[in-house]
Formats: sequence, C-alpha cells, structure tokens
Amino acid sequence: NNDAVVQQFELPPLPYAYDALEPMISSKTLNYHHDKHHAKYVNTMNSMLAAAENDELKSLTALEDIILYAHQKGNVGLFNNAAQSWNHEFYWNCMTSPKNGGGKPPKQSHVSKLIQSSFGSHDEFVKQFTNAGNTAFGSGWAWLCYTSTPDNNKKLFVTKTIGAGTPLTDNDNGVVVPILTMDVWEHAYYLDYQNARPTYTETFLNKLVNWDFVESNLKKAMKMNDDKGEEL
Amino acid sequence: AAANLRSSALPDKVAKSAAAYLSAAPSGGKHELPDLPYDYAALEPVVSAETMELHHSKHHNTYVTNLNASLEKLDAAVSAGDVSGIIALQGALKFNGGGHVNHTLFWENLAAPEAFKAPTDGALGDMIKCCFGDFDKMKAELSAQTIAVQGSGWGWLGYNPKTGAIEGATCANQDPLQATTGLVPLAGIDVWEHAYYVDYRNVRPNYVNAIWDIINWDVVEARLLAAQKAAGKI
Repeated sequence: NNDAVVQQFELPPLPYAYDALEPMISSKTLNYHHDKHHAKYVNTMNSMLAAAENDELKSLTALEDIILYAHQKGNVGLFNNAAQSWNHEFYWNCMTSPKNGGGKPPKQSHVSKLIQSSFGSHDEFVKQFTNAGNTAFGSGWAWLCYTSTPDNNKKLFVTKTIGAGTPLTDNDNGVVVPILTMDVWEHAYYLDYQNARPTYTETFLNKLVNWDFVESNLKKAMKMNDDKGEEL
Repeated sequence: AAANLRSSALPDKVAKSAAAYLSAAPSGGKHELPDLPYDYAALEPVVSAETMELHHSKHHNTYVTNLNASLEKLDAAVSAGDVSGIIALQGALKFNGGGHVNHTLFWENLAAPEAFKAPTDGALGDMIKCCFGDFDKMKAELSAQTIAVQGSGWGWLGYNPKTGAIEGATCANQDPLQATTGLVPLAGIDVWEHAYYVDYRNVRPNYVNAIWDIINWDVVEARLLAAQKAAGKI
C-alpha cells in the first residue's frame, strides 16, 4: 500500500521535572541530554524512516522492531539512532528523585530475590554494575538484564554495551530483557562530574535507581516467559 | 624474548629483560604526563582554559597513570611466563597507551589562534593540493568524517607510507592511528565529548569547524617530512 504512512516517533517527555534529580544530576544536564541529544536521535531516526524505501521497514511501527530490523540488515545509521532513542527513554525511567531512589530494592520484591540468587548479594551486583559502567571504554551503557535460558534457568546478569549497543539484540540463546540501564556517554555526566565517572556511577546506584521501574520491567519479562508456558 | 614466550618456563634472565623491553619508558621506567607547550588559556576562544586543564591534568593524566599500572602488570605477567595474563592486558594497554599517545600528539599539533598560518605552500601545502585539491576541501572532508564518529574517537590527518599520500581517517575510542591503520599521524582532533562539552555542549560540528584555526601546521609539516623520510620517499 503506497499510501501507508511511515512511522514517525515523538520525543517522549522526561517522566519528571528537569530539576527532579538534583543535586545528583543537574537540570542543566537533563536539559541538554534530553532536549538536544535524545531529541537529535529521535529526529534523525524519523528522517531516515521518512526516506525509507524498503516496504518491510516502512511497515514497522514498534521501536524495538525497527532496532532489530536495522541490526539484522546492518543499517548502522538507523540502528544507532533508533537504539539510542530507545536507550534514552529507558534510561530516564530508570531514574527517580534522590528522595526515593537508589540503595537496595524492597526486600520482598522479585528483583531483590533475583539479585540475591544471581549475584549472591546486593553488594556483588553493585560491584559488577559499577565495574561495567566504569570500564565501558569510551561511550556506552551499563545494563542489568534478565535472562531465562532454554533449560528455564532464570537469572539476572550485568553487561555493558558500546555506543548505541543494546541487549535487545542479544536474544540468541533464550530471553534477554534489559531491566536497568545507566548511560556512561560523557554527555550524561560531564557537566556535573567532569572526568569523575566513578563518582557518577556510585551516585546513580546510591541515589537515583528507580527500583519500582526495574521491578515492573522484571515482572513483565517474567510474565512474558509465562506466556510460553513457564512458571513464574 | 618473543620466541621464549612460547615456552611454559621463561628463563629468569630473559623474562626480566623482556619485561624491561616491553615496558620501556623514558625517565627511568614510568611514562609521564608531558607539559603543554603553552598555557591552559592559550587556545582561547576555541578551547577554553577550563577544558584544557580538565583535559590535560585529569583525562590525559589518568591515561598515563593507568598505562603505568598496566605496564607493571605486564612486567609481572611476562616475568611469570603468564601468556594468558599478557593477553588479558591488551585491552587496557591499547586504551591507556593509545590515550597517552593520542593526547601527546594532540597537544603538540595545537597552537594559539594568533599563531595560525594556513598551510598553503611548502611541502605540506603541496601535499594538500595534491591529495585534496585545496585547504578548504581538505577541511571539509576531514570535518565531515570527524563529526560523524559515533560515540568516542578521533579524527586524523595521516600519511600513508605505502602510497606516499596524505588522507583523512578516524579511529574509535583511543585506538592509536598508526597501530590500527598503518597511517602516520600528522594532526589529530579529539572528538571524545570531554574534548568539547564544556565549550560547545552537544554541538560537535561547531568545535570541529573551529579547531582548524588552532592546528599547528608547522608541527604537521615537520611530522610529514619525518614520515616521508622514514618511508624512504625523500
């Protein structure tokens, strides 16, 4: 259908006010990070989609599908902008006001239990996530992901990606679902922390992690598994 | 020493000399942060003193510190004949060694805006005309490539010892130009966000377009001549 309108995305607003994460992340940073960096990824992706000639691509409406399509086809430009659009929206939701954020998740939550069983302790998760964030050479992201292997082994693991990389493209050996991310591109922290990335990482974990969002991501992921007939 | 790495028991004497060779550094065994050839404020208004101080005394300094630490670990791994350990260090060596090399080259190929002299004649001028057409075309081409670097990396003007020509290139992260591509570095432009975020925020194109006015073209020409000599072309 040549009259089909290709999908165009809107820049999602921040889930909070620009100063909501102060003093950990300044409103100045969120302004640039959201209104300039994130916006640019969305706008560039939209231009690429508008100019698309491939029928399959033109028919896709979900951002995740566009990311996977671009990844499969080796379309680096589209992948970078689509993945970064997704990564940033996810990242905003992974954070909340320092009044409520960071520290440990509620003891009875699924994520707390799965952190214990996957890492042995919350401290070990912190150690690995910190390391991932601090050793992503150059621009990248640190992730906490849920996986359920074909033999139904459910666990969480930490990983890091470079540039626009995202665990969404890692579904080869079973389910991989990101449940938490931290942006370690320098633009995420430079105005507030300059070169001190480790301080940013520590602050993120101690003060900003939105465990409610992480828990809901995990529950969604585990329920997805359920639809395949597996127990929660 | 390289041949001996294959044996599981590296003779003590050879291990020590190999380690010394592999970790060779000036000033008695440790790499040092080089002084800038100018004050922190010298490159204003293109790059602020604040950026220069952060970039030199924090970022570059960290690469030097971590390079030295990695080389110490390399010493230990070589002495122990631990090939697996040696290989495991390669990432850190490339990152921190590359960071040190790249930034050292970078400081040297920058100069105050007042000192700007367009490379329109001499060996460099001729080479630019030959390979790009003119100075403006070279800037346009290299700017486009450099601005387009995804994430962290560098833009370079490099000398190709095989073809005898100069060309633009980019590298990711701190990958050093020569070790990665074989091109000899003539001029580098750092496009890690820390290089421009304080002064230009997200607008990398403004930074890249401006930096041409503070490239030290004398140094670039000297590097070109040295590279041509080393390649036996002159």
